[in-house]
Amino acid sequence: MDTLEALRATGAGIREATPGDAVGGVVPRWVASPGSTGEVAALMRVSAGHDLAVVPAGDGTKLDWGNPPERCDLLVDTRGLTLDNGLVVEHSSGDLVARVSAGLPLGTLNSTLAGTRQQLALDGTLRAGTVGGTLATATAGPRRFRYGTARDLLIGVTVVLADGTVAHSGGAVVKNVAGYDLGKLFTGSYGTLGVITEAVFRLHPMPADRRWIGVDLPAPWSGGVPAPQGRSAGAGTGGASPAGAAPRQDGLDRLDALVTELAAAQAEPAAIELDWPDPRGGPSVAVLVEGAAAGARAETVRKLMDEYGTARIGTEAPAWWAAPPGEDVLLEVRVPPTGAHRALRAVTAGGLPVRVRGSVASAVLQVSLPAGVDRAAFADLVAGVREALRPLGGALTVLAAPPELVREVDRWGPSGAQALMRRVKERFDPGRRMSPGRFVGGI
Amino acid sequence: MSTTALDGPARRFEELLGHRSVITDPVRLRTYECDGLTHHRVTPGVVVLPESAEQIAAVVRICNEHGLPFVARGAGTGLSGGALPRSDGVLIVTAKMRRILSIDLPDRRATVEPGVTNLAITEAVRGLGRYYAPDPSSQQVCTIGGNVAENSGGAHCLKYGFTVNHVIGLEIVTPDGDIVELTENDPGYDLLGAFVGSEGTLGIATKVTVRLSRTPEAVTTLLAAFEDVERGGRAVSAIIGAGIVPAAIEMMDALAIEAAEAAVSCAYPEGAGAVLIVELDGPAEEVAHQFGEVTRICRETGAFELRVADDPAQRAAIWKGRKSAFAAVGRISPAYIVQDGVVPRTALPGVLASIDRLSHEYGIRVANVFHAGDGNLHPLVLFDDAEPGAAERAELVSGRILDLCIEHGGSITGEHGVGVDKSRYMPRMFTGDDLDTMQLVRCAFDPRGLSNPGKVFPTPRLCGEVPGVRKGVHPLVEAGRAEQF
Repeated sequence: MDTLEALRATGAGIREATPGDAVGGVVPRWVASPGSTGEVAALMRVSAGHDLAVVPAGDGTKLDWGNPPERCDLLVDTRGLTLDNGLVVEHSSGDLVARVSAGLPLGTLNSTLAGTRQQLALDGTLRAGTVGGTLATATAGPRRFRYGTARDLLIGVTVVLADGTVAHSGGAVVKNVAGYDLGKLFTGSYGTLGVITEAVFRLHPMPADRRWIGVDLPAPWSGGVPAPQGRSAGAGTGGASPAGAAPRQDGLDRLDALVTELAAAQAEPAAIELDWPDPRGGPSVAVLVEGAAAGARAETVRKLMDEYGTARIGTEAPAWWAAPPGEDVLLEVRVPPTGAHRALRAVTAGGLPVRVRGSVASAVLQVSLPAGVDRAAFADLVAGVREALRPLGGALTVLAAPPELVREVDRWGPSGAQALMRRVKERFDPGRRMSPGRFVGGI
Repeated sequence: MSTTALDGPARRFEELLGHRSVITDPVRLRTYECDGLTHHRVTPGVVVLPESAEQIAAVVRICNEHGLPFVARGAGTGLSGGALPRSDGVLIVTAKMRRILSIDLPDRRATVEPGVTNLAITEAVRGLGRYYAPDPSSQQVCTIGGNVAENSGGAHCLKYGFTVNHVIGLEIVTPDGDIVELTENDPGYDLLGAFVGSEGTLGIATKVTVRLSRTPEAVTTLLAAFEDVERGGRAVSAIIGAGIVPAAIEMMDALAIEAAEAAVSCAYPEGAGAVLIVELDGPAEEVAHQFGEVTRICRETGAFELRVADDPAQRAAIWKGRKSAFAAVGRISPAYIVQDGVVPRTALPGVLASIDRLSHEYGIRVANVFHAGDGNLHPLVLFDDAEPGAAERAELVSGRILDLCIEHGGSITGEHGVGVDKSRYMPRMFTGDDLDTMQLVRCAFDPRGLSNPGKVFPTPRLCGEVPGVRKGVHPLVEAGRAEQF
């Protein structure tokens, strides 16, 4: 049987790929649309027998993230997947748990749950896409500060490995320590270990009420240029009040002080977000307070923020909330919480027109640049930020970028446990057929 | 393996760690023969007490050279035999690694050695507005290294999650003897998440960085007495249905209350067939609002007495009975088995009724204590070990309870771990393919199977070589002692 016939025999829909199906510029030969985990397994068995390189895909919103695959014969489109009972969501509302197909858009899941006043507390950010894609890229939005990220909300997973093996881990209960947690391993694995076909999530009650409190801070530097150096390295402010500011403090130190206060606030914000559209201007900080007595708690937060500017309470999120700062060239910077201001200094140091947004209290920030940014300047920025953040235990990854821009740049950057990661990859996918080359260190 | 096979390695351990940190005396070795699951006992071949990650790495490398299995042990409070030693191997005890290395309040984190107790972290930041959230009931003695191995929970994990949600960095010694850092910020696979809860089978944690949570502004604890477990269960459903996630919701049935009363005179309301403990914490306004809701719900679902604690002393009085429950059943029964299983919360009433039927069928009393919010049952199966056949019947009932958990889509363990105790149940909860896939993780970390072998997984399996890096036949295969598949 030739390859195409064998693929068709799996029962999954198969079509010839078009240039529009390209993954990071690599056009696959075929696109398969399986309807079940069983069909994915059959596709993977055929792929193993015919040495096909496979890339799983959902809505494709983040499909160009990571390195382009070294090769791609088959794109597995997960959007038609259903659970074994034919449904796409199996919601156990009394248990605050939902089993969902990986192909389901995250937004559809939450609108399905909304009728029961429950939610998956994972914000759609960076154009959320499907459940599977969100898990594979480990994206999370503002409320990571309160609820954690996908890994913390995922309680069970079904995956199909490169050889067609169907494996589950976890289960349908939140509290469960039986066996290894494959869900953790697959979350953020960029399709390099297998295809995620089902996920079980713990849910949270929909908060009774919500308030956003926002403040616009002044430009951190007069003349739009950073001072030669800010506060001495490594020291946290420990919630120091602006009145006790050190003489050389600039606006970013004040931002840091504000965020530290907010993170410790007894009003328990669910999210503390930053938007800094232009380094020459001032950043905005917005805080979400949700749950019972949100109004009273928001007022406490407003008073705190008022020390830094004129704070306002609203019932709607700011327009920029949970949206990417840009999409063509998108970086993610992670540092320990008090390193946020140093990350901001580092990304603005080169004078490039960056736009920064993200979870400033968790110190996970997205940075966007115009598509036409100079290649050498971009490479310098990436190297400079990594260099500056390494002593803090920080990291920078290039999420999205045109291929020509990152030709000389390692999108992922160094990782301490790469040797172990490579061993995991070798065990799960010895033939290197799952999204080959897309991940850290060329995994 | 005879004792003599360990003589060489033991001498090398002594050179490395000094005489006082290596135990080979049979009497002293017996101190370590079991953990909290005392009916499994194995005297370790040799015990070492290293003081640093480098020493652990060196010990593990020696184990590798000699093909010796090794087991890590913290305080030995585990309830699934996860730290059960090997007579042919090395027990690596972290008791001398008890330093808190750093506390970083602005970054909301602490880095500690694995032998530091769970509670010591909270104690170290007391009064500073922070604490370490996971609170297994053994928190005064259990170590953070053990917590990492078991992914420990506690009464408050309904709201705050488990160890894995609070550990943000680890330094580990791999089963090869390499020191590797796993952090939340490094790009790549979430090996940190995979390691936590792996019960010592993927290596030994030598440094643990934990998140320090904000001490809640307000805490209110409420005790509600019901005529029976069914009414208490209805209250739990209504609380969850109202969109409230309490910090804890615990329930005890009549027999558990009786035991606690006998042991610690907790003075729970007389005539209670079930007591429910609900703890609310968070911003004061939120707690006040939720408290109103919870008391209303409890009254409506038939609570005949409500007690409220707003200060630590009153709170301790309410928790006293619950916290003593495991040990307390010793007062009403000569012997007992502590079980740990999970069912979907909505299946609780049916499962409790089935446990009751089992109890009558086998003539074995079962006291029920459970984390009602997340369906985590801790049935205490009571028996008289002097009565012929009673232990077997109790074991049977205990096993049938796990079957019930699996039938209802739950888990064979919510927090005590699989260890040696439940590895035989793993094939009932997972398919062969599931277990083989988990084994791939094991093989990536520990291809020789030396790190805590015989735990978690039912049958020891050897890892085939990764294609392209084949290095000849496995020594055990060569010796005809194992098959490779």
